[in-house]
Amino acid sequence: MKARVYVMLKNGVLDPQGEAVRHALGSLGFDGVEGVRQGKVIELDLADGTTEATVTEMCEKLLANTVIESYRVELS
Amino acid sequence: MKAAVIVFPGSNCDRDLAVAFERAGADVTMVWHKESDLPAGVDIVGVPGGFSYGDYLRCGAIAANSPICQAVVKHANAGGYAMGVCNGFQILTETGLLPGALRRNAGLKYICRTVGLEVATQDSAFTSGYAKGDVIDIPIAHHDGNYFADDETLARLKGDDRIAFTYTDNPNGSVDDIAGVLSANKRVLGMMPHPERAADAGHGGIDGTAMFSALMTQVVTA
Repeated sequence: MKARVYVMLKNGVLDPQGEAVRHALGSLGFDGVEGVRQGKVIELDLADGTTEATVTEMCEKLLANTVIESYRVELS
Repeated sequence: MKAAVIVFPGSNCDRDLAVAFERAGADVTMVWHKESDLPAGVDIVGVPGGFSYGDYLRCGAIAANSPICQAVVKHANAGGYAMGVCNGFQILTETGLLPGALRRNAGLKYICRTVGLEVATQDSAFTSGYAKGDVIDIPIAHHDGNYFADDETLARLKGDDRIAFTYTDNPNGSVDDIAGVLSANKRVLGMMPHPERAADAGHGGIDGTAMFSALMTQVVTA
């Protein structure tokens, strides 16, 4: 089984990289980009039977820094 | 004073930090990240700058979960002293010993230059060699030094006099110009600037030496 973990800076935490991407899109002529947030996707190959609770624990302990980041887990 | 300096793969300020401690008169042991215990009788742990584990995942995240960091957390929770500089500060926030987190610099650029720091409190072993309000010149060298803490944490840091240093001219976007913070018992310091790089006339400045010499007198008598 696989899990996909999406880690994003929390709303309210300024994302300077996202801002830089927004400016770059603007200078390429793409109007109307009102905000860009940049995050990361982490794919995990897991032994069958691994629970979502375990993946959540992985996020809390290592994959995300919950002071500034939020995360979302998708199992498939 | 017995000091231990932790060495991670990718640390590059470990020897500078060791020399600064030694110059102040400390007995220094270098400790490899795979060790699970600190040497017996260690008074202060130095967590050095660099790029531990290649800054993979997040700066300091992997190091914070290494065997030796469990020992550092135990040491600090038992009232021991610790200081993290630059990557060491990032590591100490990742362990939870210090509040907040370090984000990418607001200008997105790696910054390497000497900056002015205002001493925000004299009330810690680390800063007792300065006077509150003193401005000292200390080098910075980082890409992820943009300090963040939520409003509630900031209020607590201010109320408890736990902000150690602020930038006189904020280089990286840190909230409230914060360059260094202290733990609740003021025995753990994290700061992005490098006092160990301003500890010899050959460095071009010696404003960092007062921190190490103050530690010698404060920590020994603690």
